Amino acid sequence: MTESSTQPLAIETKQLTKIYGSGNTEVVAMQDASMQVKQGEVVALLGPSGSGKSTFLTAVGLINPPTTGQVIISGQRVLEGPNAYGNLRTFRRQHIGFIFQKSNLIPFLTALENVQIALQLNGETPVASRSRSLELMDYLGIADRVNNLPSALSGGQQQRVAIARALANRPSVILADEPTAALDSHRGRQVMELFSQVAHEQSAGVIVVTHDQRSLDVFDTIYEMEDGKMQRQKQNSSSKNAQ
Amino acid sequence: MNLATKDIRYNFGRFALTTVGVGMLLMVVMGMGGIYRGLIEDATLLIDRIGTDLWVVQRDTRGPFAEISRVPSSLVHRTLSVPGVQLAREFVYHTVQRERNGKPLRISVLGLSWPTDKGKWIPLTAGRHLAQSHYEMIADESLGMPLGEKITLGKETYTVVGITSSMISASGDGIGFFSVADAQAIQFDVPGEAVRLERAARESRGNRIDLTSIQPSLLDNAVRPAAELPQIPRPQASAVMVTVVPGTSVQQVADIISAWGDVSVFSRSGQRDLLLMGNVEKVKRQIGLFRILLTVIAGVIMALILYTSTLDKIHSIALLKLIGASNLTILGLILQQALLLGSLGFGVAYLLGSQMFPNFPRRVILTDYDLWQLAGIVFAISIASSLLGIWKAMKVSPNEALS
Repeated sequence: MTESSTQPLAIETKQLTKIYGSGNTEVVAMQDASMQVKQGEVVALLGPSGSGKSTFLTAVGLINPPTTGQVIISGQRVLEGPNAYGNLRTFRRQHIGFIFQKSNLIPFLTALENVQIALQLNGETPVASRSRSLELMDYLGIADRVNNLPSALSGGQQQRVAIARALANRPSVILADEPTAALDSHRGRQVMELFSQVAHEQSAGVIVVTHDQRSLDVFDTIYEMEDGKMQRQKQNSSSKNAQ
Repeated sequence: MNLATKDIRYNFGRFALTTVGVGMLLMVVMGMGGIYRGLIEDATLLIDRIGTDLWVVQRDTRGPFAEISRVPSSLVHRTLSVPGVQLAREFVYHTVQRERNGKPLRISVLGLSWPTDKGKWIPLTAGRHLAQSHYEMIADESLGMPLGEKITLGKETYTVVGITSSMISASGDGIGFFSVADAQAIQFDVPGEAVRLERAARESRGNRIDLTSIQPSLLDNAVRPAAELPQIPRPQASAVMVTVVPGTSVQQVADIISAWGDVSVFSRSGQRDLLLMGNVEKVKRQIGLFRILLTVIAGVIMALILYTSTLDKIHSIALLKLIGASNLTILGLILQQALLLGSLGFGVAYLLGSQMFPNFPRRVILTDYDLWQLAGIVFAISIASSLLGIWKAMKVSPNEALS
């Protein structure tokens, strides 16, 4: 914990508010949501459906800008309300890895190509991207499925390909939206532990939206959202010490 | 990594079927252009092959191709007397329809001015040119008449002694070449009963005039053949073709002949233009409009195909945007597929067309110019038709990858 407190911040959000509509139809989806995630820290974000978790995640992921508030990633102020500093798509490509509830692989690319595409979009050569992709897939235990299309992979294998894609560019931020929902409890725990391992090995900040109460011990910090408001619930020292 | 080809590989069956469909549509567009070229070629082929300098036709007509023209056979001798004229030939041209093996047979009968013109200018694929002034013919292969076949036209039987190819009239009928005398015999043939009735009519008319009571021998003429009666004009020709002495001004000769009150004169190019602007013009415009319509339809169909194909990929496109793909990458995916679809469709059109068009009843001529022009149009409609898909892809939010 002491070591963690000296780490620079990977993600910082300041009073993010998202309002949809106006007047009588105005809906406040998120209100003054602030969060700090240090490099190497794994954060769980809990909350019931409609509490604003996905709104927060898409704001941090630079997909759905907030109405007000700031998003700072790796020390760079990226969003100030709806205003962007620089090209968000390029920033996203270089700094953020996404993992979703469904694996969200491109159906016409093989498992290897699904990982490679993230690297090649970031300017890697085909040879370097292939090498890095194979290395990741080997690390995630799916080296024997590199040439399979997503339709020929199991749910767990697909999710691991999606994780490999998210990690490919060594992002400083990993955002995962219920990544274990399609997995059994054993696989789900493995994935959560993998996030923790990657966060520490790559010094990435990880935010995981989850409903899975059984793996909460894996996370360094737990936040909870309710009615658009965020609360820091728990600092999990045992998991941190385990690393 | 080329996303366009990866997607095509994944949906290969659908892409292949779509390409064949687009190809067949483009084949029709290509065919329409070919039909137009064939029409022009067929219409002008005779004028170009005969290679005469001037056409002398009935006064105030645009004959013999654009309309009926009748000139006396003696006009040949008159034109030959004009200074600078090297050769004058009668031109007899008409179409007959007979039955052969239970099927209609249309022959465009063309008379060769025997013995001046034995048809040496006609390219033969088999047999020989005319070797006698009667009862021989050279047939275009489209008539389906083999060498040695005999055909009865009028009261005479003609033997096919030569076969030629690509000698088609403007209306698409194969040409049969005869001597002028035979061509006129076919044209002006009347049944024996009609001849007998005409002679009886002459006798009856003769009985009604006083002169025959003074000179009864005049009535003897009534029953004689028309060819023996000086009062009855000789069979007429459609036109007279004039070749001028090399080095002589064609215009000068034309000016002399056109001063005669009974004829009009056209140069070869003038006759060609008359034919194209008269008979062929409306067909040309009709085919042209059809071509435009089909091209627009091809464009609309391609646009719909590419749009639905983009809709099928919209989640992948949103995902690509989410992981940071630039607009150029997305645009490239759709545009490359559009261009591939267009170019492969064009290839399919050419391959299918090359196999099918030669079996069409009329000639379909694919010229390099027309093919390049169509390739350019296909390139343009490929780009234009992809715009709808590109617009949709540009509009999609990365958010959609999360849904």
